[in-house]
Amino acid sequence: MGKLLRVVVMGLGMLQGACSIQPWVKPYERDRLADPIMSWDRDAISGAYLDHIYDSREGSRGATGTAGGGCGCN
Amino acid sequence: MKPSFRNLARPVATAALLIVGVAGAAVLPDDRADIFYSDYKGGGMDIKGESVLVRKKFSEQFAVEANYFIDKVSGASVDVLSQASVIKDERKQKSISVDYIHNKTQYNLSYTNSTERDYISNTTHFSLSQDMFGDLTTVSLGFTDSRNKVGENNGTAFTPKIEWLGSSYSRSFTAGVSQVVTKNLISGVTLEVITDQGLLSNPYRSIRFVAPGDPLGYGLGSQIYPKTHTSTAVEGRVKYYLPYRAAVSGSYRYFDDTWGVRAHTAELGYTQPIANLWILEGRLRYYTQNHATFYSDLFPFAGSQNFEARDQNLASSTNYTIGLKATYAFLPDGWRIFKRGTVTGDVSRIHFKYNDFRDIRDYGIANGYSPGTEPLYKFDATIYQIYLSMFF
Amino acid sequence: MQDSTPRFLKQTAMALVLLAGTAFAADAGGPAPSFTLAALTGQQAALSQYKGQVVMVNFWATWCGPCQQEMPLLDQMYKKYKPAGFTLIGVNVDKEAPAVRELMARKPVSFPVLLDPANQVSKAYHVDEMPSSVLIDRKGEIRYIHRGYRPGDENEYQDRIRQLIRE
Repeated sequence: MGKLLRVVVMGLGMLQGACSIQPWVKPYERDRLADPIMSWDRDAISGAYLDHIYDSREGSRGATGTAGGGCGCN
Repeated sequence: MKPSFRNLARPVATAALLIVGVAGAAVLPDDRADIFYSDYKGGGMDIKGESVLVRKKFSEQFAVEANYFIDKVSGASVDVLSQASVIKDERKQKSISVDYIHNKTQYNLSYTNSTERDYISNTTHFSLSQDMFGDLTTVSLGFTDSRNKVGENNGTAFTPKIEWLGSSYSRSFTAGVSQVVTKNLISGVTLEVITDQGLLSNPYRSIRFVAPGDPLGYGLGSQIYPKTHTSTAVEGRVKYYLPYRAAVSGSYRYFDDTWGVRAHTAELGYTQPIANLWILEGRLRYYTQNHATFYSDLFPFAGSQNFEARDQNLASSTNYTIGLKATYAFLPDGWRIFKRGTVTGDVSRIHFKYNDFRDIRDYGIANGYSPGTEPLYKFDATIYQIYLSMFF
Repeated sequence: MQDSTPRFLKQTAMALVLLAGTAFAADAGGPAPSFTLAALTGQQAALSQYKGQVVMVNFWATWCGPCQQEMPLLDQMYKKYKPAGFTLIGVNVDKEAPAVRELMARKPVSFPVLLDPANQVSKAYHVDEMPSSVLIDRKGEIRYIHRGYRPGDENEYQDRIRQLIRE
């Protein structure tokens, strides 16, 4: 599993280097995306708590976290 | 049979990880400290939650987050099949999480321990996320490992007698992509595959089968679950910035597993800030699932199937949620070392209804209900949350 | 004078082409696109008035965390090297001025801050990361583009500035 993970990450890294897709949303146009109202989950405890309430009463689970968005600085 | 509370606590190890396991993009979030209180009232249960969270950066690349959560349960849930006794139990959860950013990659490693009298869970999680294509795309990969010890309280709430029945373990793999579509629109997709093995049933729940000789008309038996379980969930979500400064979001999740459960979850959210002081939010959630292949509210006779369950989590059901949340910045521009301080109140109301799980507490042969004709179970729950967040 | 008209036309054409950002890409090794922007005070300032000095153009925004982090360090650098013929111009890319005004009132800097709300200058300089710092030599050529900011980068800025000042 560790090897697979390493291969996938390396592959993604190479892909990023090889493909030079120009960003169509310029960094100086990302002010709205940096607004806290555009984050996926502003309050971590509350988000996890509600997920926990549903996970313990429903027969399904998973796929509820997200990374990304924001100002893209650095 | 002893009243159950564990079903409320067990998956928490996975749910709790969401506090610590989600890697961001390029910049670590602000340092913060939160104090949180919650109260869940519904289905005969009253569960109070308290939590403290602290997050601190030690350099621009490295941050640590620690969280402590305690659940206190009291009440009598619907699956108390013998005389109702007051349940009183407590679950304590501690977690620590570390974030590290190097160029365009963010790594997260976390550990969570959840302990209650009859259930102990230890979970480790690792994830990494990579910004690509001009930081418009973020790709994430995650791995979680959970080891659990399952027990049963054969005494009472006040004089417990714990018997350790076995163990289970769970592994999950997550892959996600988040994409900035326009300067107003972000989207994301996440896939999670979870595999569990071991003792997977709740020892406090029983199956029932038709037994004409019994005064109740049915007999009780132990649940028998498969020793393995694999599930797949895919969720897609979008968030759009409205020109007058507000945000609208939507998500849909599809779930499928080897126990025959298929579920759909749809959510809608709206966020309305007011100046720099208030953020108001509303959310709607719709959930529906069908029953597991080995689930039945009433089996025709003892041992009719290899696997048998009567756990309401595996029944065919639907639930609807409406939630309202208001955040007030009482320190909008900071004070001394604090950049910002907010207080938040959140109320949710959930209506649960079951299509093939019956309420057998007060309805029996004595008052004219033969087994299998009792009313289908439904209940409402109200959840209150209040928390203080200080950013520094 | 008969000479000035064609020269004026040539310069305008050059400026237009530069601003259009076509053949003359704002990359290291090329001439720095000229611009004229308003400062917070309302006064107009042009890049051309700093010709002969080493210029660092720093693109930043109020909503960009790393930008805020490097500001005090840029201010220090500006004060240190100004006597040697160095100037730092902050180009802010926020769409609205009030947030910039409020931030500059709370955390003032001594170097000129110009506003580029229409993002024309950011486009001309092909800004593809926030923050971005562009180092321009005394002849008006772009010599170095630094993307992003991580603690410690200010040392690199200083090395480059010293190198360009010595030329």
